Amino acid sequence: MSSVPVIAQTAGKGAARSAARRRRSRVGGAERRPGWVTYTILGIVLLISAYPFVYSFLLASSDQVTISQNPIPGLVPDGNLFANLQRIFESNIPLMKGLVNSTIVAVTQAVAVVVFSTLAGYSFAKLRFRGRGPLLVFVIATMAVPTQLGIVPLFIVMSEIGWSGKLIAVILPGVVTAFGVFWMTQYLESALPYELIEAARVDGASMIRTFWHVAMPAARPAAAMLALFTFIGSWTMYFWPSIILNNQNPTLPLVLRQLQASYFQDYSLIMAGVLLSTAPLVIVFIFAGRHLVTGIMQGAVKG
Amino acid sequence: MAVLSPPKPAPDSQRTAKRIALNQRRGKWDVKLSPYLYISPFFILFAITGLFPLVYTAVVSVHQWHLLTGQGEFVGLQNYVDVFGQPNFWKSLRNTFSIFLLSSVPQVLIAIVLAALLDANIRAKTFWRMGVLLPYVVAPVAVGLIFGRLFADQYGLINEVLGYVGIEPVRWHADVLASHFAISTMVNFRWTGYNTLIFLAAMQAVPRELYEAAIIDGAGRLRQFVSVTIPQLRATIIFVVITSTIGGLQIFDEPRVFDPTGLGGADRQWMTITMFLYDIGWGNQKNFGRAAAVAWILFLIIIVIGMINFFITTKISSSDGAQAKAKARKNSRRAR
Repeated sequence: MSSVPVIAQTAGKGAARSAARRRRSRVGGAERRPGWVTYTILGIVLLISAYPFVYSFLLASSDQVTISQNPIPGLVPDGNLFANLQRIFESNIPLMKGLVNSTIVAVTQAVAVVVFSTLAGYSFAKLRFRGRGPLLVFVIATMAVPTQLGIVPLFIVMSEIGWSGKLIAVILPGVVTAFGVFWMTQYLESALPYELIEAARVDGASMIRTFWHVAMPAARPAAAMLALFTFIGSWTMYFWPSIILNNQNPTLPLVLRQLQASYFQDYSLIMAGVLLSTAPLVIVFIFAGRHLVTGIMQGAVKG
Repeated sequence: MAVLSPPKPAPDSQRTAKRIALNQRRGKWDVKLSPYLYISPFFILFAITGLFPLVYTAVVSVHQWHLLTGQGEFVGLQNYVDVFGQPNFWKSLRNTFSIFLLSSVPQVLIAIVLAALLDANIRAKTFWRMGVLLPYVVAPVAVGLIFGRLFADQYGLINEVLGYVGIEPVRWHADVLASHFAISTMVNFRWTGYNTLIFLAAMQAVPRELYEAAIIDGAGRLRQFVSVTIPQLRATIIFVVITSTIGGLQIFDEPRVFDPTGLGGADRQWMTITMFLYDIGWGNQKNFGRAAAVAWILFLIIIVIGMINFFITTKISSSDGAQAKAKARKNSRRAR
């Protein structure tokens, strides 16, 4: 595509670098450093992105009277955050239970989706079998199906087998996703060379052993991203859990709804709950946000 | 090794041959069955938890079916007639579309512009990209609670700020359009950054030669953006519009927590179809037959709108795209 590698071979690395620079600068406008207007707009966007977090923190650290007197909270937080959390923990709203439940649901679904998607993705990407093409098309088509609309029969069935109010009823519908299968198929198609599989097979490894020792390690980067997306999706979902679970055994979004219904007069408590339920994902985001960005951008190009 | 192992007697080697044959047969089955085995968890679980409920919704929708008493007799399309006869259905249909338009159209436009800004050669790329994505980690319910307060009719931050510039307080929770605007803002808050990154990825995949050609033709930055970038984003725009249609028409979380009662306002002015479905099935009526009918109606609406979207976007952008491509081809020839 570019002549730069050739230059590197014939005229040395320094010449190649300056050739590359020249080439880049020739492209012109697109590669110029943008001016302050760009940074100002991005700065405003960042402010809008972050302010709701700050706002909920400020309200959560405040109290009912202060909030009603100051529609715009002062930038210095009051010191009531822990007192507010304390009040929630002492109330009859099971915040702690919600935290534990949300963790169980999100972790289980993330692990299950990754395992099942990698298995299926490996099969679609690297193994030959009859019906492969049509089945893959089916998977892709189901990505566009709004399965959420099946809740009425899902509820009927779950109640029938006595899972109403139990976490398993929330977990089970989310242990496989068409998106996950598609995602892993795409990734393994390019990331896993056939030679590796053949080498393992020649060495006498069974199919499952080959999958475990060759495909799984190769799939790790994409699997980590898929796990992240699934975790966030599970942690934030509300509709189905709100139907099948009850107030004694909720996930975090349901706890927030209970807080809203019981303390609609006192926004400091509601916001303390919001803060507590959002904080774990924000921490995850600080450490792994880069990978989320990469994941969305890779998925976009391929999808 | 060969020296250490004693020579095998004849019958034994026969047995070894048999064992190898068995192993080979087992290996053959392994190769044949494994692919199906590996994809089966997805298909089985998806069939049980995704496909079956969706299809069975149609069965429930043509029966009398109560939350407590269960399946009743076959009633044909009566549930659909009943649903169409409820004023709240039409109201929720109107609200859903209004909120959907207010959220998807500005969202796509803003996302494309932001992506263009991020596509420039800025410093600290990853930082800014993470910055726009940050809202994505907030649960819709949490977003709804935060913005419900920001958009409070009294003592709300937004009304207060509007007051500074001399605008009368808006009744965000009472007026139809104002409430739709508030809810759309929540959706936009959470999803604009996500879509920005999708557009950004697509922009980076645009061949730089196209820009070179445009520059040589004397196109300014804006002209490059309109005539090169946008047509090249065609497939991505279709993708984003369709996914936001599927999600947007099922919106539930944000309007549900927009006020403490969660029914869509005193006059149901922001009740969406999914909220209506919930209300029929698990609220006052406890009528699963009708709830299933609503689900099927919404399913059909989503498919129809999705297809309309697809055709419109394909048509608009393909005519643009064809022109741009022809132009680019001409240009690149001239450049050479």
